[in-house]
Amino acid sequence: MSTLLVIGVDGLVFASWLFLVSVGLSLIYGVLRILNVAHGSLFAVGAYAGASLVVAYTQGGLWPPGTFLMLLAAALASGLLLGPAMERGVLWWTYGREPVLQLLVTFSVFLILEDATKLVWGVSPYYAYQPYQLLGQVRVGGVDYPAYSFLLLAVAAASGGGLWWLIRRTRFGRVVVAVIHDPEMSVALGVNLSRVYVATFALGAVLAALGGAFTAPMISVVPGIGVEVIVLAFAVVVVGGLGSLEGAAVGALLIGLVRAAAVHLLPVLELFTIYLVMAAVLLVRPMGLFGRVEARRI
Amino acid sequence: MTHRTRAVAWAALGLLALAGTLLPRWLVFLLALALAKGLAVLSVAVLMGAGLVSFGQGLFFAAAAYAAGFAMRGWALREALLLLPLGAGVAVVLGAVVGLLVARYRDIFFAMLTLALSMVLYGVLIKAYAVTGGSDGIRIPAPTVLGLQLSGDDARLLVYYLALASTAACAWAVSRYGASGFGYLAQAVRDNEVRVAYLGASPNRTVYATYLLSAALCGLGGVLTALNVGHVDPGLSYWTTSGELVFVAVLGGTGSVLGPLAGAVVYELIRSYAFKYAPYAWQMMLGAAMLLIILFIPGGLWSPVQRLWRRQAA
Amino acid sequence: MRTPILEVEDLTLHFGSIAAAERVTVLVYPGERVGIVGPNGAGKTTFLNLITGYLRPERGAVRFWGQEVVGLQPHQVTALGVGRSFQIPQLFLTLTVRENVLVALAIRERRGWTSFWKPLHEASRVQVADEVLLQFGLLGQADRPAGELPEGGRKLLDVAMAFALRPRLLLMDEPTSGVSAQEKFRVMDTLVAALQEAGVTSLFVEHDMEVVRRYATRVLVLHNGRILADGVPGEVLDDPEIRLAVTGRR
Repeated sequence: MSTLLVIGVDGLVFASWLFLVSVGLSLIYGVLRILNVAHGSLFAVGAYAGASLVVAYTQGGLWPPGTFLMLLAAALASGLLLGPAMERGVLWWTYGREPVLQLLVTFSVFLILEDATKLVWGVSPYYAYQPYQLLGQVRVGGVDYPAYSFLLLAVAAASGGGLWWLIRRTRFGRVVVAVIHDPEMSVALGVNLSRVYVATFALGAVLAALGGAFTAPMISVVPGIGVEVIVLAFAVVVVGGLGSLEGAAVGALLIGLVRAAAVHLLPVLELFTIYLVMAAVLLVRPMGLFGRVEARRI
Repeated sequence: MTHRTRAVAWAALGLLALAGTLLPRWLVFLLALALAKGLAVLSVAVLMGAGLVSFGQGLFFAAAAYAAGFAMRGWALREALLLLPLGAGVAVVLGAVVGLLVARYRDIFFAMLTLALSMVLYGVLIKAYAVTGGSDGIRIPAPTVLGLQLSGDDARLLVYYLALASTAACAWAVSRYGASGFGYLAQAVRDNEVRVAYLGASPNRTVYATYLLSAALCGLGGVLTALNVGHVDPGLSYWTTSGELVFVAVLGGTGSVLGPLAGAVVYELIRSYAFKYAPYAWQMMLGAAMLLIILFIPGGLWSPVQRLWRRQAA
Repeated sequence: MRTPILEVEDLTLHFGSIAAAERVTVLVYPGERVGIVGPNGAGKTTFLNLITGYLRPERGAVRFWGQEVVGLQPHQVTALGVGRSFQIPQLFLTLTVRENVLVALAIRERRGWTSFWKPLHEASRVQVADEVLLQFGLLGQADRPAGELPEGGRKLLDVAMAFALRPRLLLMDEPTSGVSAQEKFRVMDTLVAALQEAGVTSLFVEHDMEVVRRYATRVLVLHNGRILADGVPGEVLDDPEIRLAVTGRR
């Protein structure tokens, strides 16, 4: 029984991290129909910004829990600065052109940002463990867990909940849903597509950076974390169905639990679980669990 | 291939053959690397002809290179003329398995699935330390060619000519492919899959076959790279390797055979200089250059030349 | 008792609450030229999509030459001998007009993988392609990219490609829409003569009643996914109730 509980908790914790780092990708794809490969570098920038802010803040000897606010601030700043810049400055030129072209463009931006982060922050690892340490440990079902994991769960749940509220309960959300379903009709009905795109991209970027910022205290922030994340995020989002936010949550949960089970029961598979789940789901449902079937063309 | 292109190709072949004896050894080594990479870039271009971008050609590049490495170390197989088909064969078998999943997809799915798979191999190569040497990789001894065992610079020169011959052969094969029913079928799939199906051909099978061809080409490039460098490491399967190949394909233009190859040579030359002076800004320059080319010269750098020739021929 | 070339039994498909096909049952015999008419949204294109495997029916059977095809993919149905042209022409826009037909011929000719290694522009194949293009009045544009053709030309090329397959059954979705008035009858004359000579059966969706009267041996009237009438053009199209349903006027 306790193994099941451990797998459940582990799975949930990992799933919440997966959701947090993937949901932005799904949102941007759903609305703009662009797979933002640069999502990985937005994550990385969020991590670096969060780490450096925390380090600077801690050296200032200020109120310790403020480090969490620093992470949040880092995410907001990175996302709100880079998101619109990317969308207006680069992606805007590619609208209406082949999707392959757009993919290559986001890939180019990814390359640029990878080196840009190296130039800004250098290549030595950043450690910002203070928020992690601050929360200490907590005992669940007889096992000690870092309390930070549960904070991550809370942040993921808050993001998911916030997005749900935004989509279902606000005017902006309704507009976004209209754009997702029929961009042309939305324009005909007076929606300013351009503004919706920028806003959505900014939101997606903030979410990516948020994932990065809150991951920073758990790892050593080094070059290359971006690419691991884009591959993971893509897998999660593909399993759930590109563009579906519920799908991102379910996909994250599925992969999280399967991976946790693997870690405890079949450790050798651990590295591959995410790809195995992805391959299995795609073989049965090529569009992902909640993916939408494309309208007929003939 | 038009007459003009053929003339250019022969001229280039002749020049490169001469270059082996005239140019300094480090430059010849660089050219050998460029030609091997050119084959891998060609594999990307072949897939782009079918409308697909593979961000995971590193999978075949690395698999073939490591296969050659294992054969040389485990079976004492040194003959390059056997290692080349072995590597290509391993790549094709891998492509046959992977293609079963991947050939059903297009656009971003295809791109990201191939990326994910190459990163899986990367992970395996790093973790299976005992077999693969982990992140250190495996050293590759000098090969024999037709039983001829040389050493040092002479061996390198031999590998250069091997690379040149392989590239020439593949260039010819790919141009035949491009003019064949098969090549046009791939273009048709790129243009309108539904129409292909309603003419009686399976688009997925066409993609699958094209994927196998690209696996073979890329595998050859991988073995040649291994023989050249004398070393294989997991980085061959890392996303940056695959991304570089895509970049060079875009740079050289995918509508021809010479474009990707010429692009690879130009790229290697530029890279070796740029990397020396700005190692941490290299990817940024790559990304920026790719952006500019995509946005303003989507046919690649070779396409204005092609268009000029076409206009002159008309 | 001739064996039907196409048997459709109880074919049904709904999109939500809309019946795209409602228990459609129809038999088509060799040599017939069946016109399919009906108002927009009646399910005419859906019918073609269903019998060729592009859509999967909820219920019902479709048989070509006695062979059950529900569950087969379009390329498999096509390989049985069914050609199709589309309401919006489906072409290979970056290939030349001639190359479009050449691809169709190459696929038709294939026997296993190896035949595809022959050059596309093989002399004998080019000759056949040019003959087809001549029949459809497209030879003059043979070297232009298909994307540069005007609407009528695209329609013709679409039909030409399907025709080049030498199918036993040819399905056409509005073959003359977008084609100029003079061209319309000239092309249909050529097409029908060629079909008759080769013994090809055809079904064609049409909005132009004149074309249907002139060339169809039989007319199916579809409305809300159901077959409203099935008979000789003269009788069916003169029936005031039918005319009301199809055109909104008596």
